[in-house]
Amino acid sequence: MERNRNQHARRHRGRWPLRVAAIAGGGALAGWGVSRRDKLGIALASAGGFLVFSGLRLGGPRGIHYEVSLTINRPVEEVYRYWRNFQNLPLFMSHLLEVRVTGDRSSEWKARGPLGTTVSWQAEITDEKPNQWIVWRSLPGADLDNVGSVQFRPAPGNRGTEIMVALDYQPAGGGFGRIVAAMFGRDPERTIREDLRNFKHIMEAGEIPTTKGQSSGQRSTVVSLLEAAMPEYRSTAAQDALRSA
Amino acid sequence: MKALCWFGKEDVRVEDVPDPKIINPRDIVVRITRTAICGSDLHLYDGYIPTLAQGDILGHEFMGEVVEAGPGVQNLRAGDRVVVPFTIACGRCWFCEQKLWSLCDNSNPNAYMAEALYGESPSGLFGYSHMMGGYAGGQAQYVRVPFADVGPLKIPEDIPDEKVLFLSDIFPTGYMAAENCNIHQGDVVAIWGCGPVGQFAIRSAYMLGAGRVIAIDGIPERLQMAREGKAEVLDFNRVDDVVQALKDLTGGRGPDACIDAVGMEAHAATFPGLVDLAKQRLKLAFDRPTVLRQCIQACRKGGTVSIPGVYGGMLDKIPFGAAFSKGLEFRMGQTHMMRYMQPLLERIQKGEIDPSFVITHRLPLDAAPDAYKVFRDKQQHCIKVVLDPWARAAEMAA
Repeated sequence: MERNRNQHARRHRGRWPLRVAAIAGGGALAGWGVSRRDKLGIALASAGGFLVFSGLRLGGPRGIHYEVSLTINRPVEEVYRYWRNFQNLPLFMSHLLEVRVTGDRSSEWKARGPLGTTVSWQAEITDEKPNQWIVWRSLPGADLDNVGSVQFRPAPGNRGTEIMVALDYQPAGGGFGRIVAAMFGRDPERTIREDLRNFKHIMEAGEIPTTKGQSSGQRSTVVSLLEAAMPEYRSTAAQDALRSA
Repeated sequence: MKALCWFGKEDVRVEDVPDPKIINPRDIVVRITRTAICGSDLHLYDGYIPTLAQGDILGHEFMGEVVEAGPGVQNLRAGDRVVVPFTIACGRCWFCEQKLWSLCDNSNPNAYMAEALYGESPSGLFGYSHMMGGYAGGQAQYVRVPFADVGPLKIPEDIPDEKVLFLSDIFPTGYMAAENCNIHQGDVVAIWGCGPVGQFAIRSAYMLGAGRVIAIDGIPERLQMAREGKAEVLDFNRVDDVVQALKDLTGGRGPDACIDAVGMEAHAATFPGLVDLAKQRLKLAFDRPTVLRQCIQACRKGGTVSIPGVYGGMLDKIPFGAAFSKGLEFRMGQTHMMRYMQPLLERIQKGEIDPSFVITHRLPLDAAPDAYKVFRDKQQHCIKVVLDPWARAAEMAA
């Protein structure tokens, strides 16, 4: 699994809408550029990349940005179709409790909040090109401003689909740090990477491998307590529901 | 159920643990009829493999009867008799499609641990540390087998357990080690380590056309078993220099292929060997690569070094200049089990080989803690231990 990572935590300058526009537009431009596969495409991709980068630089004090890329051994159409139905996202994104699709481009998201509360927002798809990219963002009034994008392209040599996912979360009021911690745990970057690995597991193997619930001899008390208090990785709400069923 | 659990270095115990159950749709649960201790289990016993936890159930060589199949398993049903391969594979990722089953992308739930150490993760394994998946192993009365529609091989009723049990690991592992040697008719193959994998490598090398097999070990009964497999033997305690001895035996050329069937815990009473031992004891190194060094130095120019022995970390003082100058080819890795199980079952059915020849000890599961020690210390002429999870100690002794 190849991945690019980037974590930006810069001073908030009150330019969030501009930033959203730069990232979303830049991402789309870059996607289009890459898909052209010619000289103009390279120029467009570079320009798009620059816009995304500029957008990131406008980031807030505790804003976070993650990028992960990985290869999934299924055709682009199938991978795109699964992701485009946002209701599937909670099956592999451990921070999401539910996504309801409310229209062609609109959806309602519910995520884990601090102390068992729920964080929610309305989102809309701002740009998409079937089998190539989807860009979405939260609408004003969200508990947590966020933008996400995913690009799809065929991997060479019949290796399936390369996807590149970028996620951005920005404070929309107080408690951002606590909300992010509740959603993504101690190590957000790792959580997101594991979530996307789960996406690959579902697409390829049809299930997420696990050892939760298997037999073992008596664990040491220290290890059991540590595991209960600070799980290395939390399963998705959907997995928990399946297991308790 | 009863299961052999790891509690620390040289501390394994048979405990009462909960019975396994179906967790994922492609799981089955198997009632184990025979299970074995593998040489690679000794690396766990000796504490050289990181990421084990107290209470882990060990064991990756087992067979038995399906008692329950998940809704995603169409090809097996309760009552089927199966041998289960030690590597777990999803059958649908790119690596599985290329038949590189032990590199499966989807079977290790703790892939991130292996990635931290190795950059990438191989497939999940039964009972072989959390870094390799943390799956409960099969030195037990029952086991849960994930992705069971891909791995387990159905066995006809008329073959006894002992003839097919080793299709779970050591026979395919010895066979792949020989296949990796790219043997041409008449080649000379040298095999370090006459434990069970080495024994199967000897016989497999002849199956694949080797002209001569030279087997190297220091334990008389293992050399004797190698001789019974038509190998010429070299006792490393009786020669000054194994590399020179191999040259002398091969008209100065060196063997066409060299198999390291020893791995990380090689024994060597030489100065570099003692340095390796000291570093391993001080946790400065996982591995003692004496045999790998000898393989590289002994192999003829343009030859192949095949490595079924397990290594875990960074290896010191590997004569890579020699490997480069001689243009050697290296082949290694966990066995791609599903390539070999069916063809090797057919060889057993045709009577070309009876793998039970390696068994020296038949014991109840309750005796496993002692058996680990006996096997590790090579006491009682021990070469291979097979365990019956259902026998009571008294019955076996009678």
